[in-house]
Amino acid sequence: MLKHLLSDDLPRSRFLTVLLVLILFGLAFAPFITSGARPLNTAATICVYIVLVASYDLLLGYTGIVSFAHTMFFGIGAYGIGLGLASAGPFWWIAFSGLLCALLLTILLALIVGLFALRVRAIFYAMITLAVASSFAVLASQLSDLTGGEDGKTFSVPALLSPSFHLFENEVFGRIIDGKVITYYLVFGVALMLFLFLLRVVNSPFGRVLQAIRENEFRAEALGYQTIYYRIAANCLAALVAALAGALMALWLRYVGPKTMLGFEVMTDILLIVVIGGMGTMYGAVVGAALFMLAQNYLKTLMLQASSALVGVPFLAEALHPDRWMLWLGVMFVVSVYCFPAGIVGKLRST
Amino acid sequence: MHPSATTATPVTATAPDALPQVPHDIAPLLLVPLLALLMLPLVGSLPIWITLTVAGLAMGMMIFIMASGLTLIFGLMGVLNFGHGAFVSVGAFTATLVFLPLRGWLEVDSLLLNLGVLGLAILLAMLVTGILGWAFERVIIQPVYGQHLKQILITTGGMIVAEQLINVIWGAEQIPLPLPASFRGAFLLGDAAIEKYRLIAVIVGLTVFAVMFLVLNRTKIGLLIRAGVENREMVEALGYRIRRLFVLVFAAGSALAGLGGVMWGLYKETLTAAMGGETMVMIFIVIIIGGLGSVGGCFIGSLLMALVVNYAGFLAPKLALVSNILLMITVLLWRPAGLYPVAQH
Repeated sequence: MLKHLLSDDLPRSRFLTVLLVLILFGLAFAPFITSGARPLNTAATICVYIVLVASYDLLLGYTGIVSFAHTMFFGIGAYGIGLGLASAGPFWWIAFSGLLCALLLTILLALIVGLFALRVRAIFYAMITLAVASSFAVLASQLSDLTGGEDGKTFSVPALLSPSFHLFENEVFGRIIDGKVITYYLVFGVALMLFLFLLRVVNSPFGRVLQAIRENEFRAEALGYQTIYYRIAANCLAALVAALAGALMALWLRYVGPKTMLGFEVMTDILLIVVIGGMGTMYGAVVGAALFMLAQNYLKTLMLQASSALVGVPFLAEALHPDRWMLWLGVMFVVSVYCFPAGIVGKLRST
Repeated sequence: MHPSATTATPVTATAPDALPQVPHDIAPLLLVPLLALLMLPLVGSLPIWITLTVAGLAMGMMIFIMASGLTLIFGLMGVLNFGHGAFVSVGAFTATLVFLPLRGWLEVDSLLLNLGVLGLAILLAMLVTGILGWAFERVIIQPVYGQHLKQILITTGGMIVAEQLINVIWGAEQIPLPLPASFRGAFLLGDAAIEKYRLIAVIVGLTVFAVMFLVLNRTKIGLLIRAGVENREMVEALGYRIRRLFVLVFAAGSALAGLGGVMWGLYKETLTAAMGGETMVMIFIVIIIGGLGSVGGCFIGSLLMALVVNYAGFLAPKLALVSNILLMITVLLWRPAGLYPVAQH
């Protein structure tokens, strides 16, 4: 059963299994083992990022395509649901039709960009997606009538998901089951399903072809596979999943804005997570996203202490300032590309 | 005259007839004047058109300075440096080491003194970015020659680290960088206002282009670089160490990015650590339009893009936001490998 659910792609490392089970249980019972808004927020962000990063891994790790447009699709999904709810009111059918429009736009854009740029080499695709994505971000922040500009838009979600909704009169295991908790479980459930779906995709015959393309495109072509179609299909699939992740994020935050949804920072976050977690392993996305988000939320506190302890030291105090945490992650990123190209998961599997 | 030249005369006299001439491809060259002329009736007023054109040319020159190094680096070794933007920021921030202490001299309204300070700042910026480029090539790029995926990842990582290091060294706030006194303002050409600094940018850009052109076409090193871009293996087979050449090109390209950074910083009048990343998008579009590896194409591409942005900004401000992409798509539909495709790539 479990083997079937995981598409026969087991963690293959005892420590990794323990880690994954811990993360799964942590996320599944997050509303009950923690209290307050912040840990729940971290947990929801982890769920969304797992899906986002896993879909990016389908491109980078499994097919060998470097794309910088992943945030664009993430943003389209978020804006689709967000702008729909903001303009027409909190109804389910609005949310779904907004999502549908976003998915259509996503597949159209992914197809166009793919047809246009995937015919040539990886490096070309990376540059073109970077240009397209940054133009899209500028467009979203400038067309303020439609998108709310730099400030973005806040909106209300359907009644079942809004914080004022209470499912039961009493607390359950010390937590009131309000709309926020229901939203969390919606995010968690969809994220889990999308992750298992991606796991199935990469272990399907289709996924094997993608890996063949990554290893040796010429040979894959010689075996009779039209590699261009497979690459475009992978691109569209990854874009669709990213858009769904964006929709989940928007639903959770009840807000869409260019910085959180389309900013280049999101793209670098995805890159860092996928490489540190482990390229070409779906589990890398889980481990990477969980560690990254925990670090983002809790490492900063640690760095603040270190920084204030070293206040007299000229360079270190500045370098350990909480806002500079990306410096250390960047260094870790470069080191892991050199020394552990398979990331944390690859390291765990090899020992 | 070289002594052997006299003996070689009979041979060289017949040689041009024997060698098939490479046909000159001038269509892309005509794009820039054609675009400018086409826009004249649309803009409708000559003075405004002159102002817009000069602004576009100035912006294009600055982008060219930043992009030319990257396209050469790619042309020679197939290394695409996603961290090129970091050198732009580092150059600009290094210039503040000169500008801020000598602020008094910048306030004096003397062209010579101002130019002197600017020259000093540029020199320092180019020196620092050149050395950094050399180190970057040795430490970061060399282990991943020929592995495109890793190159993209590693140079992106380098960019993140560099941006953060700038924040550590110079602080996270943006630094105002006022123009030197004698560069401020504009002078009138008829009714058209031309900003002085833009003229300086055009002159610097043209100088860089001319020097590059001469080095590439009239020196031994330039010959080797051009040959390397066309066919790397052949140059190696002839006994030249192309890697050594490449380090040189990489350092020079980084220094040019530093120079571009100083000019761009003065143009924007504020510095942020993210400025390199922001210019990166334009740089990529320009080198794609020009044809990866082609310096001439990069020059035309820069001018085209900047002119289009400026005209579009005046004629249809909303369209200006995506004009870069539209231009790129149009050019690639016409010539899928860029204006001047390079054979090897």
